Amino acid sequence: MDGFFPQMACGRGMKLKELESHLGDVDVFEKPKVLLEQYPTTPHLADEDALEMCRQNADFFDIENIDLELHDVTSMAPEVIERLKGTVDTVVMNPPFGTKRNEGIDMEFVKTALHLTDNVVYSLHKSSTREHIEKKAEDWGVKMEVLAKMRFDLKQTLKFHKKKSLDIEVDFIKFSHKKSKLKPQNKV
Amino acid sequence: MKLLTHNMLTSNIIKGVSKGFPLKIVASKVEEKEVDFVPEFTARMIPKIDWPALRQAAADLGKPDNLPENVVEKYEENEEFLKKTHHVLMELEVLEGELICPETGRKFPVSNGIPNMLLREDEV
Repeated sequence: MDGFFPQMACGRGMKLKELESHLGDVDVFEKPKVLLEQYPTTPHLADEDALEMCRQNADFFDIENIDLELHDVTSMAPEVIERLKGTVDTVVMNPPFGTKRNEGIDMEFVKTALHLTDNVVYSLHKSSTREHIEKKAEDWGVKMEVLAKMRFDLKQTLKFHKKKSLDIEVDFIKFSHKKSKLKPQNKV
Repeated sequence: MKLLTHNMLTSNIIKGVSKGFPLKIVASKVEEKEVDFVPEFTARMIPKIDWPALRQAAADLGKPDNLPENVVEKYEENEEFLKKTHHVLMELEVLEGELICPETGRKFPVSNGIPNMLLREDEV
């Protein structure tokens, strides 16, 4: 799933309190209750619902320079997205953490993101995988910085989840290419 | 879907497609929406745009819209050119329609302004 955010040239920084206030007004994506039923929802449907929620939030905040696209990130190998190489200034993402069947998916997202931008990627990953990520960053020749460590409280959403909620420790990470092509005043 | 977005979409996620660009637009519902003109933003997008593909996309929507054949020299200082470009890039919204792969004819739907580039399992 993908959102395309053209950069806004407004040049004004925002105070943290202001940001917190705005975030409080954003509608949270509620996973449909159908996930707790016997039949699974298709990934298409889940994604389209998420994009619809994003569209509603954008309309609520009168954000007009935003566009939404639906992609399968795992199909976006570097040679496939040649057209998009380095077109993006900043990637901000919350990739899937992966399950037993899908390990390493978060790093696949990071790899694609690093191809889209010549600059910087902000991403969230399980703290338990920090060493593994440090090594991958080194292998790829990119800088990796843990900006913050946080705790997510994930509520039970799927039938096979045993606990009512789960605390998960998460690193907020900044990946950056060693040579940024942007002029200093445009760097994030 | 704005034409800025369309200019970045390719169908070479399909097995056997080499370039998959540009995608032809067949639109059944298009909206013109006013979007604030920010000349610096438009100027920064221009080097990333495939210009002939943008002109073709505008034509697909029935809006040849007097975009010049090539990007003008010193476009950063040419407000008239930037305004025309801004209009085509940001103010034309394809709400419903299809994007067609130039090599296979495969149609990607656009619904509610969102292009759906997901493939079926047999196409990956």
